[in-house]
Amino acid sequence: MNVFLAQQADRIEAPAIDYAAILPMLIILGAACIGVLFEAFLPKHQRWPGQVVLSLLAIAAAGVALGAYVGDSPARGVTTLSGTLSVDKPALFLWGTLLALALGAVLLIADRSIEPGGAFVAQAGISPGTVQDRAQVGSTGMQTEVFPLALFALGGMMAFCSANDLLTMFIALEVLSLPLYLMCGLARRRRLLSQEAAVKYFLLGAFASAFFLYGLALLYGYAGSVRLADIANATAGTDRSDTLLFAGLGLLMVGLLFKGSVGPFHTWTPDVYQGAPTPVTAFMAACTKVAAFGGMLRVLTVAFESTSWEWRGVLWGVAIISMVIGAVLGLTQTDVKRMIAYSSIAHAGFLLVGTMALTEDGLSGTLFYLLAYGFTTIAAFGVVSLVRDSTGEATHLSAWAGLAKRSPLLAAVFTFLLLALAGIPLTSGFVGKFVVFSAALSDGMAPLVVIALVFSAVAAFFYLRVVVLMYFSEPAPDGPTVTVPGAFTTAAITLGVVVTLLLGVLPAFALNWAGAGGFALS
Amino acid sequence: MTWLLALILLPLAGALVVAGLRSNDRLATLAALAVSTAELALIVPFWLAYDPAGERIQQASSMEWIPTFGIHISFGTDGISLIMIAVIALLVPIIIGTLNSTGKLPEGRSAGGFLSLVLVQEALTIAVFAATDVFLFYVLFEIMLIPMYFLIGGYGGANRQYAAVKFFLYSFLGGLIMLASAIGAYSLASDELGQGTFDWATLVEVVRDAPASTQIWLFLGFFLAFAIKAPLVPFHTWLPDAAGQAPIGVTVLLVGVLDKVGTFGFLRYCLPMFPEASERLAPLVLVLAVAGVIYGSVLAAGQQDMKRFVAYVSIAHFGFIALGIFAFTPQSVVGSATYMLNHSLATGMLIIVVGIIAARGGSTRISDYGGMAKVTPILGGMLLIAGLSTLSLPGTNSFISEFLVLLGSFETRPVYAIIATVGMVLAAAYVLWLYQRIMTGPVRGDALIGAGGGPGTAVAPEAGAKKAIRDLSVKEIAVLAPLVVLIVGLGFYPKPVLDTVTPSVEATLTAVQER
Repeated sequence: MNVFLAQQADRIEAPAIDYAAILPMLIILGAACIGVLFEAFLPKHQRWPGQVVLSLLAIAAAGVALGAYVGDSPARGVTTLSGTLSVDKPALFLWGTLLALALGAVLLIADRSIEPGGAFVAQAGISPGTVQDRAQVGSTGMQTEVFPLALFALGGMMAFCSANDLLTMFIALEVLSLPLYLMCGLARRRRLLSQEAAVKYFLLGAFASAFFLYGLALLYGYAGSVRLADIANATAGTDRSDTLLFAGLGLLMVGLLFKGSVGPFHTWTPDVYQGAPTPVTAFMAACTKVAAFGGMLRVLTVAFESTSWEWRGVLWGVAIISMVIGAVLGLTQTDVKRMIAYSSIAHAGFLLVGTMALTEDGLSGTLFYLLAYGFTTIAAFGVVSLVRDSTGEATHLSAWAGLAKRSPLLAAVFTFLLLALAGIPLTSGFVGKFVVFSAALSDGMAPLVVIALVFSAVAAFFYLRVVVLMYFSEPAPDGPTVTVPGAFTTAAITLGVVVTLLLGVLPAFALNWAGAGGFALS
Repeated sequence: MTWLLALILLPLAGALVVAGLRSNDRLATLAALAVSTAELALIVPFWLAYDPAGERIQQASSMEWIPTFGIHISFGTDGISLIMIAVIALLVPIIIGTLNSTGKLPEGRSAGGFLSLVLVQEALTIAVFAATDVFLFYVLFEIMLIPMYFLIGGYGGANRQYAAVKFFLYSFLGGLIMLASAIGAYSLASDELGQGTFDWATLVEVVRDAPASTQIWLFLGFFLAFAIKAPLVPFHTWLPDAAGQAPIGVTVLLVGVLDKVGTFGFLRYCLPMFPEASERLAPLVLVLAVAGVIYGSVLAAGQQDMKRFVAYVSIAHFGFIALGIFAFTPQSVVGSATYMLNHSLATGMLIIVVGIIAARGGSTRISDYGGMAKVTPILGGMLLIAGLSTLSLPGTNSFISEFLVLLGSFETRPVYAIIATVGMVLAAAYVLWLYQRIMTGPVRGDALIGAGGGPGTAVAPEAGAKKAIRDLSVKEIAVLAPLVVLIVGLGFYPKPVLDTVTPSVEATLTAVQER
């Protein structure tokens, strides 16, 4: 026994870790752990400032570490931690995107000036409707756990984008999902709606994870390995069961498409976007989408490129369904947050068009689209959080009538963001659509591109409807007030708007970065 | 900096100034008038610098924008865009000058906001005609919708929201389909040249040699966008709504200039880039064109509303222009190109006069008027001049264009030409009938005689007194005078315009016929 162990000990080496490459992720996860300790040991009144400083510093430090690493990172990328993580150019781009978007989201989360005490409940455990619950609406405390939760989710997303085997990807998926489920239930106002959103997201998310895991198991049965590159090698041979391969891929994709809120796996999206506290919605809408599509790009490119002829037809269908659901149901919405949720479903369809292309242009186009969409969405939710009446945010569309008269600046900013979502030129949304569609077109998907363009126009209708409401309708007499945002929200909205404009007018820099290199295929 | 760039940048800068002055309506109007007059003055050196015998695209300037896709910000002009740019610069000061005569802005809206949007619209429209990069053209084509959307939606009539959204969505959808085609052309170019580009001249070289099936698909994308813009039947339904609801000045811009981007697009993009597809699909386009001529004429005759009347008249005229372009003879295309200018002058004047009438009478219903020439003889005369030019009476500017279109298209497409001639006859009928209903006979109608109730109710005897309706003031006559001079002047001496346009048209046609 001892001899056996001794022999084993000789042969097992600690895996080589490229600390420089994964430093950004380590910083975020480390800061999340420290955040948990803050919750345990800091007195209550110091928690909020402590957490805010810690989160912002962590994101900034991770950004610096990333920036320092990008400059001389190897062109083909590196795989580290026994090949479970692959830090290549797309992963670095996605990390950068995630960090930048998370910065905006954390700024929104940190704001306490719009709603006294912040958008988060003081004691999430109190059941809604009780006396204690009514009492805590007026309190100015908040559940500061939201900060470490957000950092954990962010760390999970970063791992998800760079996971080089399916098992790591699954674990990352759980690390990013579980905190999000919790965060959804923390809204200060409309507690029931918020909790319903959390439960709905959790149940459906758990199902989706199960699908993912089942698919993973089938693929392991097919290839004898969970590594993406091994699966790719296995598909090169002809001696294995196609049933396992495609059933596995199908189930895997269900899990991924669910996270990306692609129709028809979108049913959680409107309810959760509406019920969750708006800053959390912004975080989910922007960052989760980046992570999900980042993961999807990697899985499809690295593991399933050689079988693309078999699955592409199915994804065509999925993309079309998603665009139709997003654009058509978006028309019927009367709630701003639900409307943006349907818009995100339509955008997921457009993103899928680029994801399917599997060319260099498709990859860089989709990456750019994710960056552009994320910033626009964060700023849009930031604006949504400002329009309020006595019961909290006034998200019903009728409340937005004539807003331009009352606060022209806010209306102008929101109009700009809506135009970006609609894909009007000189906004990042247009450049994103342009690069994605041109990649798809040169990869032989002309009919799909035409369908996508038609649904872009349909979707433009509901964005315009809001513009019409804000500018050309008479304001309601008891309409909502527009809160003057505090420094944090102002910073987040400004960041989103400036990036949206900059990427629309001068996209060359970001396009070059997005096109810096492909996935590491080992 | 070329004159062309100055022409694009000046209204943009002016718009900023005017927007800054929007608390003071009078000052803002004066500033806008000054800017637009300066713009008109700039046209003189711009036109003089253009050498008809020179290169195809002149005053070119270019600057890199998105190098990854070979996209440039490049502008330049040929004879056709030159005359369109000139007519925009001419119409904008006239619109501003007649702003107070053509009806009030909705309550609570400042003239400064309105005028700065008009100036932005002017700059963008000039830029669209001047763009020589296909991507830039698309971008401007869509961006141009935004000020127009706010102009219609913010300052229009009762049903303005519906009209603004309809206008935007139609054009936006067309533009998106065009984008797909533009990307298709781009990928053809990147296959062919190894490096993609959106440069117009390069794309023309590459795409015109593409196989016919590819060309047809790409052609259809561009064609749809332009057919919606121009508008050809059956893509026209947004125009009567938009033109009917928009304030008068905006209707002038919309019908007079913006819609010309469509016909301009046929000439600049469809024909040179896709010669084979243009040739093969010409019968289809001609059917739409002739259908537009007849349909527009018949519906114009049946309109109760003056502004919608003008919209349908324009649909008929756009049919004529498209007919000339797709008949592919030098005469017909020159006719169409000059028609683009002459239609802007004639229809622009018609809309302004109609706007003045409507503002004086307080109604746009034709049946609310009658015998108005007795009260306002000069206004009646103006309507007659605009109307005669609209029906292409010899001696007015439109005649030579319409004549060239019919003459040229008769050579290659006699059947279509003959059917379109019916449109000419109808035009005489509906214009004169309009004039007759509004201006001749005894003074009558709710707009001119103080009525007791709405239309249809018995007029109370004491309510029969004539309303005090002013004729045109000296200032108003002065503002309209340039249009009258041009309508008559170009009717007798069209040579400067023909000389400017012809080389560009010939270059376009050689590209088609070289194949």
